[in-house]
Amino acid sequence: MKKYLAIFLLLIVGFYLIQAFNLVPFGANRVGNIDDESTVGAYYLKNTVPKTSVANVVTAIVVNYRGFDTLGEVTVLFLATTGLGSILFRKRKHGEEEERVLKESSQLVKIGSRLLFPFIALLGIYVFIHGHLTPGGGFQGGAIIATGFLLMLVAYKNYKLGHGALTWIESLAGITFAGIGIWGLITGGTFLENNAFPGLGNVNDLISGGVIPIIYIAVGFKVAAELTGVLDILLSIKPNKN
Amino acid sequence: MIFYVVIFSILALLLVASGLYAIIQKDLLYAVISTGVISLILSVMFYLLQAPDVALTEAAIGVALTTVIFVITIRNTTRFEDENDNNKVK
Amino acid sequence: MFGDYQNVVTMSVYGSSIALILIGLYGVLIKKHLMKIVIGLSVVDSGVNLMFVAVGYIKGGTAPIFSPSVIDSKPLMVDPVPQALVLTAIVIGFAVTAVALSLVIRLFKHHNTARIDQIKSLKW
Repeated sequence: MKKYLAIFLLLIVGFYLIQAFNLVPFGANRVGNIDDESTVGAYYLKNTVPKTSVANVVTAIVVNYRGFDTLGEVTVLFLATTGLGSILFRKRKHGEEEERVLKESSQLVKIGSRLLFPFIALLGIYVFIHGHLTPGGGFQGGAIIATGFLLMLVAYKNYKLGHGALTWIESLAGITFAGIGIWGLITGGTFLENNAFPGLGNVNDLISGGVIPIIYIAVGFKVAAELTGVLDILLSIKPNKN
Repeated sequence: MIFYVVIFSILALLLVASGLYAIIQKDLLYAVISTGVISLILSVMFYLLQAPDVALTEAAIGVALTTVIFVITIRNTTRFEDENDNNKVK
Repeated sequence: MFGDYQNVVTMSVYGSSIALILIGLYGVLIKKHLMKIVIGLSVVDSGVNLMFVAVGYIKGGTAPIFSPSVIDSKPLMVDPVPQALVLTAIVIGFAVTAVALSLVIRLFKHHNTARIDQIKSLKW
């Protein structure tokens, strides 16, 4: 009975969704003429290269035009990690060693993951350093690095993850992000002013785009530390024995 | 451009099929792997819709990390949706 | 770009995003197991992300990245705003899923079941 009611409701929702999609034809040009700046998309496409000298428009929007939003997003990730830690908090007995509850992996997995880990980390660092030139950026690079740490955490039962180091990296990256924003205010611009100190440079150079690459590198380190923290907390839960 | 038409329709069918499988399947491990498949197909679709940034994010976060935290949760709770099935495997 | 098959592509992209949203909502409404509810939320998330990117797509447009050869010619590019929004939404979706799953683990440890029809006591 309840099932049919739910299906009926979903049919209504689906009907109105289809009606709404009929108003937005697929692939129609909704940005308009770029030179008119009639839509916000056209404004970004026209002004990103001359004003910020960043080749990747999405990066410019995420880090600079909507930089405040990204600061909030990084804060949400930090709060999620903290909340996860406090929800799954478990009182440790005195002298009890912290250990991950996994079975020992075979030698092949261990050697293979140790061989792969530097390359995965290198790929992640490449992705977030070139965030303003090619697809990618801090979030993607940080997630790739966290995947590398996941490999190590699964392969080695007693892989020591420096919690102090993780916290330090996370805090320093967050302070860098907020500090760059405040630096823009100090030098007489707005919060997260783009050409605050390194200068804009030429488009498609590695060092270009003002503060955007610096912020994205900070975001990369912060996301990597936070996601690794999430995985470490989840992997060290003791399962119920029933 | 018949190539793109074929690719898009195959991907759409796979998306709907794995979505249905993820909801219907009683074995939660299979359902979770199916959500990973959804993310994988979605990242290919984002790439075809000219959004490489989003495709990279979905591939790194949706395919790898989300699936892994789901699997860790299954390890800490039960594997089957029906409580009776849990006794069969153990 | 797609010629006579425009309708097929429209159906497959928009249709799959609508289908994912509806399938996920069905799971959230009907299923009793907490893990299934979280899986349903994750499926709805995927559908909404696909919808955003599909709305921003422009026929014949390229990805919004200026390489040295196209910087002066101003080619047709897809809308970058939905892509930036979806980039944010995916990361936030991961955080939401992680917190939801930690609550599932916590509930399971306390009640020894993850089915919401068997969790009867209001007080922990």
